[in-house]
Amino acid sequence: MSTSEHTLLTREAGAGRARGALLRSVRKHHFYYYLMLPGLLYILIFKYLPMVGISISFLEINPFIGLQGIIQGEWIGFKNFEKFFGSYFFGNVMANTFIISGLKLLFTFPTTIALALLINELVNVLFKRVVQTISYLPHFISWVVVAGLAFKLFASGGIVNYVIEGLGGDAIRFLGDPRYFRSVLIATHVWKEIGWGTIIILAALAGVNPELYESAIIDGANKFQQVIRITLPSIAMVISILLIFNVGNLINAGFEQVLLLYNPLVLDVADIIDTYVYREGLQQLNFSYAAAVGVFKSIAALVMVVLANFTAKKLEQEGLW
Amino acid sequence: MAVSISRGERVFNGFNVGFMVLLSSVFVIPFIVVASTSIVGAAEAARRGGLVLIPETVDFGAYQAIFAQGSAIIRAYGVTLFRVVVGTAMNLLFTAPFAYALSKRSVPARTPITMFVFFTILFHGGLIPTFLVVRNLGLYNTYWALIIPELVNAWWMLIMRNFFYTIPESLEESALIDGANPPTVLLKVVLPLSMPVLTTIGLFYAVWHWNSWFDANIYIPDIRRMPVQNILRRILINATEVINDDPEMLYEMDAPPPPDAIKAAVIMVATVPILFVYPFIQKYFVKGVLLGSVKG
Repeated sequence: MSTSEHTLLTREAGAGRARGALLRSVRKHHFYYYLMLPGLLYILIFKYLPMVGISISFLEINPFIGLQGIIQGEWIGFKNFEKFFGSYFFGNVMANTFIISGLKLLFTFPTTIALALLINELVNVLFKRVVQTISYLPHFISWVVVAGLAFKLFASGGIVNYVIEGLGGDAIRFLGDPRYFRSVLIATHVWKEIGWGTIIILAALAGVNPELYESAIIDGANKFQQVIRITLPSIAMVISILLIFNVGNLINAGFEQVLLLYNPLVLDVADIIDTYVYREGLQQLNFSYAAAVGVFKSIAALVMVVLANFTAKKLEQEGLW
Repeated sequence: MAVSISRGERVFNGFNVGFMVLLSSVFVIPFIVVASTSIVGAAEAARRGGLVLIPETVDFGAYQAIFAQGSAIIRAYGVTLFRVVVGTAMNLLFTAPFAYALSKRSVPARTPITMFVFFTILFHGGLIPTFLVVRNLGLYNTYWALIIPELVNAWWMLIMRNFFYTIPESLEESALIDGANPPTVLLKVVLPLSMPVLTTIGLFYAVWHWNSWFDANIYIPDIRRMPVQNILRRILINATEVINDDPEMLYEMDAPPPPDAIKAAVIMVATVPILFVYPFIQKYFVKGVLLGSVKG
């Protein structure tokens, strides 16, 4: 609504009004520009200046100089990008990024919908609210604490192995074994975010017209049939849009989580683009190389989210922007 | 609604409640395990092995150790408190006026400026260039590095702008006709109506500050200036070496607590404040999420 109104206004401004009128309008609204100024300066310095800083990925710079290197550095063209695409790490971190985030989506998305459907069926309002409150809780806990809990639970003497050994199995080194490490990432991710994810779906469920259920009950439909025939079709659009944007975000596999939980033993299955940039840039101080890998990711992320928005718009005439 | 509930439905409801109880315990048990680990003494830990769900005796030695004289935790708490209080205040001071100004439909260049901000959500320079900008500005190893690089969250600012759209323009217009100037209208008319959104976004920022660790991880090399989350991280990796300025302190205790108890105690200390305020602030977050999911 605001957009159409606005395009009308701009078109009007462009067509009819003289330059002087615009200036007068700007002067009339100078108070609002003062209000914007601090925020705009912040955006300019901390969001746009780093975009200019991307140029270091085309330069050979001395890590101890920093941004001044943009002026002093030696132009090396796409050498850093060629080095990344030709290295072992390119295939490894790309595969890990999409495998880890893909598995997370696969395990989190359907379970979140299922949980929302089950919460929605709870009859007792107070019990429902308690369950919701408890399930949202992990979302508010920092990844550092969650990593601490995970170390405690999945360690060789932890509660998970305690149960496994109690059932007659052998203890598993979840955090140090490449075969199991990704399941720790998925489990902690589901644990932390499943409850929080139900909020939007529950809101969509609350919007389903209750008359539909009433007439279905009169027609003799049972609970299961109601879910299949009424509930799911009613929230199908919300689910599709959520899925599209989740797919558009697959390049973000959970930087903080992986950085906190991984270790050299599981590098082959855990190293994602972000952790690679972090190690190369801030630990090895290969600033220009790491910046090149980082900008590759930024561009890929931009393309993916634009495609997601395009798809969502096709589907519903309603995108993120 | 329906008067009679079928037998099948009753069975389903029973199972559903049972499943929810089970699921809730999955969310809660890790905290219980950590809480009990933190109060198990060295002797009991040695006797009963790693996993103790219900301790026989309660030993607060781990808490005594982490809060002892020269405690790194207390100092780190000060840093965290600083970033939560000062940081959140500055976040709101930079975000709210910006959002309000962008909600004014008559302001020329409003849309290009909004686009200019929105673009930073879609694309950013990345970790390394941002790090270099922060370092070049002289923020490296200062407390301001925890506040200034994330002064405005573009997404939350746009949520706030959507809220300002809902304030009827006629309210402000009538105040302007009555002779009030725009600053007075902002302070006397708009501000009192904005408390819900300021609370919501303020809590977003505050919890973000409390939980943040990555910025301190890259900008603060000095252990003495690190917030609680970062001290916890170091303790998780390096066991007990950073809990006190005096590294010998632990060995001078009569019965030094087991390393697991110290780790668990630090987890508790970093988590309990959130657990405590969480039930009260939860509804604001739900509101914020739903606000954010509606396009303005």
